[in-house]
Amino acid sequence: MAKSARQAQIEKAALYPLEWVEERTGLVGGMKFFLFRNVPGDINWMQTLGAATLTAFLVQAVTGVVLAMYYKPDPNSAYESIQYISNDVTLGWLVRGMHKWGASLFIILMFLHMARTFLFGAYKYPRELNWIVGVLLLVTGMAEGFTGYLLPWDQTAYWATVVGININATAPIAGPFIAQFLQGGAQIGPDTLAKFYSLHMLVIPGGIMAMIVLHMFLVIRLGVTSPPWSKTAAGRPRDEAQPTGYSDYREGLIREHEGEES
Amino acid sequence: MSNGTDENPQAPGHSLWPIGFAIGIACVLVGIVVSWPAAVLGAVLTIVFGLLWIRDTARSHAPVDSAPAHELVGDTPSPARVVAEEHHLETHGRAGFLTLASIGLGGVIGAAVTLPSLGFAVLPSFTGEGVETNDVDLGPISNFPEGTFVITTFTGNKHQGQVSERTAYIRNNGLSAAKEPSFTIIYSRCVHLGCPVQPNGPKFEDQTKKYKDVTLTPVQPAGFGCPCHGGAYDTEGNRTAGPPVRSLDRYAFSIIDGNLVLGKHFSVGTVEGAGADAKISRYRQAYPGVHVDGIERWLYPLPVPGS
Repeated sequence: MAKSARQAQIEKAALYPLEWVEERTGLVGGMKFFLFRNVPGDINWMQTLGAATLTAFLVQAVTGVVLAMYYKPDPNSAYESIQYISNDVTLGWLVRGMHKWGASLFIILMFLHMARTFLFGAYKYPRELNWIVGVLLLVTGMAEGFTGYLLPWDQTAYWATVVGININATAPIAGPFIAQFLQGGAQIGPDTLAKFYSLHMLVIPGGIMAMIVLHMFLVIRLGVTSPPWSKTAAGRPRDEAQPTGYSDYREGLIREHEGEES
Repeated sequence: MSNGTDENPQAPGHSLWPIGFAIGIACVLVGIVVSWPAAVLGAVLTIVFGLLWIRDTARSHAPVDSAPAHELVGDTPSPARVVAEEHHLETHGRAGFLTLASIGLGGVIGAAVTLPSLGFAVLPSFTGEGVETNDVDLGPISNFPEGTFVITTFTGNKHQGQVSERTAYIRNNGLSAAKEPSFTIIYSRCVHLGCPVQPNGPKFEDQTKKYKDVTLTPVQPAGFGCPCHGGAYDTEGNRTAGPPVRSLDRYAFSIIDGNLVLGKHFSVGTVEGAGADAKISRYRQAYPGVHVDGIERWLYPLPVPGS
């Protein structure tokens, strides 16, 4: 059925803002490239665990930013500010609960995602570097857990952190350096809380975000693997590692032996 | 060190100078913390290897007579190589200079911003800044009956407040053989991983005394136990069970105007004997879980700041 001139006009008017943005930024095309990628037909629900982990991280980021508006990283008021968030601020109990339980969820999802990657063999060529970035994300994610655990500044937080820091201190040679850096002195003191807060909400999340970008870039560049039982992927030549330009950029970088043998 | 035999000037020669340069930088950074001579040595290494590196880079970027390369490849050089060489020759004029200058200046500006911030973030932790080893007045020695342990809770540093609250188990041993007053002052932190050890025995809370912000509660322990991982110690602080690697830390003391005053915190290898006659192998303060004697102590060369 042919569109009436009026319909076409309305459609054009509705799409105008999108086209305006696209013409100036290319963002619409970029989003399409980012979101509407081809994936293997026999993809599995397990392969949504990475996106779930990302969602958990975003939840942590958003709730953390909001909590930072009320939290006071000072030994004399940290505990009271947490009590205030939990008991007095409207919906504070909910946001703090999301951040606290979401932290465990984030770690659990990272492990499940890692297990899926391992069991599907998705860490193999050409995705080795993405596995390494993922492991670094796991380590920094746990560092978030460690630094965040001190912030409620109650007995559990304090002694768990004492033990955690002293475990670091028993590493040969570098151990005492690490412990002294973490607690800003020979014992947990007033500087420790502020330092952990800064690490927890600025330094480590910055690193995590940068690594997430790298992780996703590699996923988009290399594509999604089929499950190991895939029939369509069986016997297909490995072509993922030959993106456009592959053979070109190595030209001139490696020594060519033709002609100089013998 | 540059790969002189490489007929392709586009391929960066493998050079070892950057590694020496990096070692120099590392030496400077470690030296700033540990000792100035090491820092100077590092600076010298950095400059020497830096200059060698620059000389090498300059050499490998100098216009190379590329004719032999063509001969080696044959009569028809690959088109990509020709393009690469033209490109290469082109970058060695104004454009090449500007590229290098931009990268160099950017690096210098980046370092000028990053290094002080990094130093500010990291160095104070290693210099012992803010670690006050002030003496703490625990009140008249008459509060410490002879032969009885007293749980003594005090504020280690008035400026830090409650976060510096510490506990020591103090026993008045009476006079030593040399007719000098003797106290056993055991720090409450477990030398496994720093949890608070508890006295295993009845506390006499009805006899609790106060002196300023010092709380004194007599106790009759058969030993000390740690609630976290099961470390156990006898009344001299020697390990009897569990994961600790040495004996409990202690405090030095002095007696000023009849008051017991806590001095330096120190670590203990083992204690032989007991009470006033105990022979204590004393070491500078170390982190919990760290060996102070035996060969393992060489794994921990750095002193705790302020110790």
